[in-house]
Amino acid sequence: MRYLTAFLRFWYDFIVGDAWEIAAGVVIALAAGTILAQTEVVPREAVPLLVAGVIVLVVGTSLFMEARKRVRA
Amino acid sequence: MGPTAGTIGLIVATFLASAVEVVEAFTIVLAMGMTRSWRAAIIGAGSAFVVLAAVTALVGVALTTWVSESFLQLAIGTLLLIFGLQWLRKAILRSSGLKALHDEEATYREEQEAARRSGREVRLGLDWFAFVVSFKGVFLEGLEVVFIVITFGLAAGREEPNSMAYAAAGAALAAALVLLVGAIVHRPLSRVPENTLKYAVGLLLSSFGTYWSIEGLGVFTATGESLSWPGHSWAIVAILVGWALLSRLAVATLRGAPAGHTAAMAHTTGGTLP
Repeated sequence: MRYLTAFLRFWYDFIVGDAWEIAAGVVIALAAGTILAQTEVVPREAVPLLVAGVIVLVVGTSLFMEARKRVRA
Repeated sequence: MGPTAGTIGLIVATFLASAVEVVEAFTIVLAMGMTRSWRAAIIGAGSAFVVLAAVTALVGVALTTWVSESFLQLAIGTLLLIFGLQWLRKAILRSSGLKALHDEEATYREEQEAARRSGREVRLGLDWFAFVVSFKGVFLEGLEVVFIVITFGLAAGREEPNSMAYAAAGAALAAALVLLVGAIVHRPLSRVPENTLKYAVGLLLSSFGTYWSIEGLGVFTATGESLSWPGHSWAIVAILVGWALLSRLAVATLRGAPAGHTAAMAHTTGGTLP
């Protein structure tokens, strides 16, 4: 069990690193894009641009949070 | 028919990522070789390389055999995007002075110091410390290259059947070039603009990850067809330009942080800032 935990922890650190909010935000953005594409609430052609826009906001928010944390430290 | 934007980007991304990681692995192996034992360091590095090659082949075959092509693009694209944004975020923080620049000379000195302090244990006729550190260094740095080669190779496979071969070739060429230069100069390759290269790799990984992961969302629709970006594969260029401009805007904005904190976080030695 300890080895399994260490193995999973290694891959989490490898892919997600110390910015879990980016990974979570990307997954949420893609999930929202899936819903938009399936329900056709917006034109199919607009879905990539909308999802990309949300991902940009996620990255911007992460950087803003990191900058505030470092300035306060 | 000439190479697509995806193929060119694939080769450039794997070449640059491999160059960055091989430089870092070379520093570790060089420190072990110069301080402890060249034989143990080279065997450790070579062993790691063999394991990495086997992992690449096995994982590549397993994923293409057992995972459906349509789902593969979404899954691999998502992993690539998250991984790429991690690189891009760090590059932005380095460029804005909120994170220390990577310093190859400092890393070399730290590795040498650790090697001098460690005891002398011999196993299988090898300086065990030098072997283990070299193996781990090459394996961990190489794993990032393997990850990029596999994700790029698989995700680009829909447009370019030989994408995995191109990705592996890009990585291998960079590794050969770095090792050749390293063997000639026989010192840490601190003049390689690593921080700039990491920034470029972060942009490429994020751009291709954005393109493929969103395109792959089509697997959940009724038709199962990939979503289409305006301009199709040329949208990658627009996405790359978009991420580049946004990252420069983020750097400019973050540089406005209080000067005292910015100066305290920045190291100005090693590599060049974009």
